[in-house]
Amino acid sequence: MKILISNSSKEPIYNQISAQIKDMIIKGELKAGDPLPSMRFLAKELRISVITTKRAYEELERDGFIESYTGRGSFVKEQNQNFLKEAILKDIESALMDACNKAKKGKISYNELEDILKIIYYSEE
Amino acid sequence: MEEYAIELENVSKQYDGFLLDKISFKVIKGTVMGFVGQNGSGKTTTIKALLGINKIDEGNIKINGRDILDKELVKGDIGVIFDEIPFQQNLKIYQLQRMLQYFFINWNDEVFLNYIKKFNLPLKKKISELSKGMKMKLQIATCLSHNAKTLIMDEPTTGLDPVVRNEILNEFMDFMLDEDHSILISSHITSDLEKIADSITFIHNGKMLLSDDKNMILENFGIYRCADIKNIPIKEEDIVSIRKNEFGYEVMTRNITSYKSNNIEFDKASLDEIMLFHVKGTASSKEWTL
Repeated sequence: MKILISNSSKEPIYNQISAQIKDMIIKGELKAGDPLPSMRFLAKELRISVITTKRAYEELERDGFIESYTGRGSFVKEQNQNFLKEAILKDIESALMDACNKAKKGKISYNELEDILKIIYYSEE
Repeated sequence: MEEYAIELENVSKQYDGFLLDKISFKVIKGTVMGFVGQNGSGKTTTIKALLGINKIDEGNIKINGRDILDKELVKGDIGVIFDEIPFQQNLKIYQLQRMLQYFFINWNDEVFLNYIKKFNLPLKKKISELSKGMKMKLQIATCLSHNAKTLIMDEPTTGLDPVVRNEILNEFMDFMLDEDHSILISSHITSDLEKIADSITFIHNGKMLLSDDKNMILENFGIYRCADIKNIPIKEEDIVSIRKNEFGYEVMTRNITSYKSNNIEFDKASLDEIMLFHVKGTASSKEWTL
């Protein structure tokens, strides 16, 4: 399991951590029941404070990705497929929202936007 | 229920020409608190009060849940590091070791010798012959060898090179792997604290400026840059102070999260900048230059 944090990013560090763990769960690199490193160990290795890792884990727990038990640690939760899809859709929605805002600012029509989307979507295959 | 490793409540102490004025903060068990202030702001005075070295005029101090004057307080549970090594300089390290085993009930020779080896400290050298970095490592070795739960440190990293500072911070992070351990660390190298501290307390001229969760502080403060100071979209009470230069203004703002919806751009502020802007603004004028 790899976690990389950047100090120059505008994203707070706890967000960077929770986003990367979320990614690993969505991609299936982390499976249900897999243990996560302890908050204190993660803090030590990344050279960050314990409250920061704690906050990252709390967010993951709140969003239903992991479960924490006192004394035992944190584990990846059994993921409902619909739930995973929902998480991906949410991500896509916010990225598209950005794209739409930019399009409106730059007076790009919906059709032009759709063309771009098509090109990008099919170009990778 | 949160337990506290260190609690200060309205601690005051009057000296000739200096007043430590109602200092209150709490270090939650299992966390690291950075204690920040300029030279002469009262950091060392506070730490000495905390250790019972200086008597205080007013207030309460508890360590590990017990008043510092309480005889039941286990002093061996507290590890202390000063900026200058407090041991007799003529002693050789192995002689110091022999002495310290009588000072601490929980002294552990084996742990101590492991640290000596890890830090490459020469057992047969006099303390006076050690470099500044080695002296600090020796202090750390001693305070980690008697099973302390709470470390209280006055400027442990000041004057040390980045490599040694890094090694030392590593030891502190190792120490913090145990949930029952806590650290209060005073420093003006805020970049170290910005990384490892869970909470930060700022003092200035003997007074408290701020004491809060580090992430809260870093999220709540930001710098707003503008060309003209008139009609800025920031409320007077949220302005900490304003740095003026030939080409524009920098406004240190608190509560920046409340401006998020108005699309106002704030730059991240470092602990250094937050401290600087707090110190520079005065009651009569919030504007300053340079």
